[in-house]
Amino acid sequence: MVDLTGTDRAIRATLRQPLFTTSADRGWAQRFRLVTQDVIEGFVLWRLAWALGVADIRLRYRGSVLGPFWLTLSTAVMIGSMGFLYADLFHTDIHTYLPYLGVSLILWNFIGSLVLDAGSCFTGAEGLIKGTRMPFTVHALRSVIRDAIVFGHNIIVIFLLFILLRVHISFYSLLSLPGLLLWLVDGFALAFMFGAVCARFRDVPQIIGSVMQIAFFITPVMWNASVLAGHPGADLLIRLNPFYYLLEIVRGPLLGDDLTFNMVAKALIVSFVLILVSALAFARTRGRLAYWM
Amino acid sequence: MTHLSSFNISVDFPLYHSDNRSLKKSVLGVAAGRFGVDRNRRPVVQALRDISFTLRSGDRLGLIGTNGSGKTTLLRALSGIYQPTCGTLSIEGRLTSLLESTQGMNMDLTGRENIRLRGLFLGMSGPDSARLESDVETFAKIGEFIDLPVRNYSSGMIVRLAFAMATAAQPEILLMDEWIMAGDTAFLEKAKRRVEAMVQHADILVLASHSSAIIAQWCNRVIWLEQGKILADGRPLDVLSEYLPPEQFRELVASISMTAKIGDVGVTEQLEASDG
Repeated sequence: MVDLTGTDRAIRATLRQPLFTTSADRGWAQRFRLVTQDVIEGFVLWRLAWALGVADIRLRYRGSVLGPFWLTLSTAVMIGSMGFLYADLFHTDIHTYLPYLGVSLILWNFIGSLVLDAGSCFTGAEGLIKGTRMPFTVHALRSVIRDAIVFGHNIIVIFLLFILLRVHISFYSLLSLPGLLLWLVDGFALAFMFGAVCARFRDVPQIIGSVMQIAFFITPVMWNASVLAGHPGADLLIRLNPFYYLLEIVRGPLLGDDLTFNMVAKALIVSFVLILVSALAFARTRGRLAYWM
Repeated sequence: MTHLSSFNISVDFPLYHSDNRSLKKSVLGVAAGRFGVDRNRRPVVQALRDISFTLRSGDRLGLIGTNGSGKTTLLRALSGIYQPTCGTLSIEGRLTSLLESTQGMNMDLTGRENIRLRGLFLGMSGPDSARLESDVETFAKIGEFIDLPVRNYSSGMIVRLAFAMATAAQPEILLMDEWIMAGDTAFLEKAKRRVEAMVQHADILVLASHSSAIIAQWCNRVIWLEQGKILADGRPLDVLSEYLPPEQFRELVASISMTAKIGDVGVTEQLEASDG
């Protein structure tokens, strides 16, 4: 057997609490204590979550020559073909429209995958959940990491696009990084909420899918928000659309547009509400999740 | 000090994806059954009822009972997977549960990759993880298969790998379900020696099995579950003598005294005690 002496044993003792108690549900104080414990233990195991996320991507492309760069290629092909088609349909200049469309689509795909994968983060890990006591945080992290890796491969397309079309790139674009970080936090919160709800109600993933399709059309992804300027009332589509604020705080800096305080504040409010609701939903459902698998 | 205590643990399974109305009929119809309703009047299956026991270092508990008596559910509750509906569970010691042979393994990854994931789960660093890998490799003895996806393994090989992974990291408390019996005789013998070595280090084993021979050989205490309740709790041969039909119990005793001659002191003592 592996001999665990001295420091090894000490490390193990701090990492995995040898003392464990569980009891019947005793209300919100206990629930939030368990959630806090779950998140802390889950982040301690971040290397496991990372390895699981990477393995998911690798398995998806095992045996293929290009591997995960198929993601890059298929995104490039899609944006290239759509760009020419829509620039013609919307009568816009390809040199301004193509970068806008490319950045928007790639960012939207990231948002979409965070939302859709959130729903399956627990049901997809059924074997692990019913086999061992593991922090649920690991499954939520795994889902976010997987989506982030896919997004990382698609960023290459943005660079290619900017270089080919000679778009002006400056350090100002780096302001989109805090926004991306906020997305990761939001995706993590969303995984807890949708993961739990979808484990209980198996129709919800389909509903989320349909809602995201509608959201794609009513959010300025393919079209520019400025086209709503002359349509009073229609701008409600944007003003009440949480996706718009979140998208804009990352897309704005990338395309050299101004990042207004108003926009950032609204994105933060959306995130705050999301995190709050997710924490409540996860605290309420955590003890029941294993029963729903 | 390693211990595992269960205080009045009850587990109810909600019945969500079923027809409520016909279930309510059956709840009313079968008074002695295990269907009930929870506080919100939703139908549930009462999988475990008021399970209380305490295990200390050196205890090897066997769980017996017919199919559906609650053995696996109890193991899951003890693992901390199911939060109990009532009661409290208190554990001190590193716990590993072997509930399904494929548990925790990704079938598309190779055996070696799965061992590495297990190492990460245990919070191991580089050298620790390498030692875990070589230890599992030598114990499981599945040869070149270790570098093939687990999907290509035979069920016996999966058992070998899972058992090696679960025990290599020296758990202080080991919970095992009966699937371990899928291993061949040589492997079972090796597995038994490993568990014995583990329990000698003042640790705890909980084993659910339908094999009375395994229970009698591996355990020094037996709990008989029926309908989610404890029906009997005591020394293995005492409980087994009530559980098994008389002729099967005589066969079991005969087979044990045969192997006991080879030198299993614990069993011989027990046999003498139950004779007297």
